[in-house]
Amino acid sequence: MNALHEFLLRTGDNCLILGHRVSEWCGHAPVLEEDIALANTALDLLGQTKLWLTYAAEVEGKGRSADDLAFLRDAWDFRNVLLTEVPNGDFGRTMMRQYLFDQYHLLMLQGLAQSSDETVRGIAAKAVKEVAYHVDRSRDTVVGLGDGTDESHRRMQEALDYLWPYVGEMFASDTVDAEMAEGGISPDPASLRDAWDAAVADTMAEATLALPDSRFHHKGGRDGRMHTEHLGHMLTQMQWLQRAYPGATW
Amino acid sequence: MYAQMVKSTGQGVKTREEMSPEEAHFQDRVDADEKIEARDWMPEGYRKTLIRQIGQHAHSEIVGQLPEGNWITRAPTLDRKMILLAKVQDEAGHGLYLYCAAETLGVSRDDLTEQLLSGRMKYSSIFNYPTLTWADIGAVGWLVDGAAIMNQVPLQRTSYGPYSRAMIRICKEESFHQRQGYDIMMKMAQGTEAQKRMAQDALNRFWYPSLMMFGPSDAESVHSAQSMAWKIKIDTNDGLRQKFVDQTVPQAEYLGLTIPDETLKWNEDKGGYDFAEPDWTEFFDVLKGNGPCNHDRLKARQDAWTDGQWVRDGLLAHARKKAARKVAAE
Repeated sequence: MNALHEFLLRTGDNCLILGHRVSEWCGHAPVLEEDIALANTALDLLGQTKLWLTYAAEVEGKGRSADDLAFLRDAWDFRNVLLTEVPNGDFGRTMMRQYLFDQYHLLMLQGLAQSSDETVRGIAAKAVKEVAYHVDRSRDTVVGLGDGTDESHRRMQEALDYLWPYVGEMFASDTVDAEMAEGGISPDPASLRDAWDAAVADTMAEATLALPDSRFHHKGGRDGRMHTEHLGHMLTQMQWLQRAYPGATW
Repeated sequence: MYAQMVKSTGQGVKTREEMSPEEAHFQDRVDADEKIEARDWMPEGYRKTLIRQIGQHAHSEIVGQLPEGNWITRAPTLDRKMILLAKVQDEAGHGLYLYCAAETLGVSRDDLTEQLLSGRMKYSSIFNYPTLTWADIGAVGWLVDGAAIMNQVPLQRTSYGPYSRAMIRICKEESFHQRQGYDIMMKMAQGTEAQKRMAQDALNRFWYPSLMMFGPSDAESVHSAQSMAWKIKIDTNDGLRQKFVDQTVPQAEYLGLTIPDETLKWNEDKGGYDFAEPDWTEFFDVLKGNGPCNHDRLKARQDAWTDGQWVRDGLLAHARKKAARKVAAE
């Protein structure tokens, strides 16, 4: 296994799967401005996907393209964290998931912007600016809805409780991460947890939401060992045209 | 533009003698191609007609997100997915500019939304047709945006300033939309047998509904005559439809696709094509709510609004609390 390739798939698949999920909202958001903002977030993530997966395909060296990786792999070859693939639920859950991920994503990209790998550094430098905006927006929404009405507070607490067991996987390190950290290519995700905890505790306090105290977490996304049942359904939709009409140019 | 059958005063254009001094002065300004701004005096009929027209256009942009949004999650490549998402996002942005333009006339966005959701205001008939294959996304860009541009380009010169400025911004984006649609059609028409079949099928289904977008002949319409005198409508429906056909036929030929009209023929004398009228019974059925997707489109918008109520309430409550805390701290 090529660790760099694996790392790039993890990074790119997070963007692809979350970008796809967010794009499902298009035309259905609670207010026009949110529709536009969600589409913006999805667009940024899909743009980042293209960069990461293009590099992943190049490192792999089998002549595959970013599109081949996105549209022709089956679920077990995806390397995104489970958090990104869980269904959108209501707008509150979508924005809570976005915030939990954005806060991680920002810390990770800040580290990657110092990478020893020039291509990684370049992609991260571009992406970090977009994600700084994502986290501003998702944080504001989480605070606004947490500290809104009784109903919005209840829904946001439910969203946080539902998503919390998917948080830990973002910071679970393995041999791939060790190799990346050793080569100065990427920070070890475990090293980002304290900063993430501090930022999230601050946000949830402002949102008047209670942080669950369990540290249990689901796993199996970033190593592909066991995704949720939801990913397969998403792929049947996302990959349908490529699968039904192999070899066609679109 | 996506407004159809917009009613004006219904009383025909007043003669100079019938006009009050304010009306005469207003008409002079319009005739001199001056822009009317929100604070200027304007006839009540002008204001109401504009609200109907801009409102219907805005609603069309919003509902128009749905047929294309239907393919975002199934777009075949990363680039196509991003382009489509950006395009549908543009439509939402157009809706926003247009609601803002309508607000300058004294109607709120919530008010207009409520009228859309209750069925009292319409949106363009075209969005009540389904998008069934990926080629439909090409056809919507090529034909539907193409037809919209025919209307919108002249409306950049409309007499009402805020509307004209919104239209200038919108037109820049629409021409990009049309190009992306045609680009999809080119790929499909030059692709595999299955792709060619999808492309022809899309053209077959979208051709007549696209011709309907201009509305029935308005040569005799008192509403149109008034709107044209006020320069909130620039060309006749038939004139625009002819222009659209003349522009589109060679594009279809280039793609190697057949326009589903056996009577289509170049007419040397008029310097344009003769073509078959769409089925206007179908058009009025769609306007009445009996198009293939009327129910689903409106339901999707109603659900988005209802399901989002708690979000709008929550954010508003937070903003109020925050403001109150700020006051308390001062």
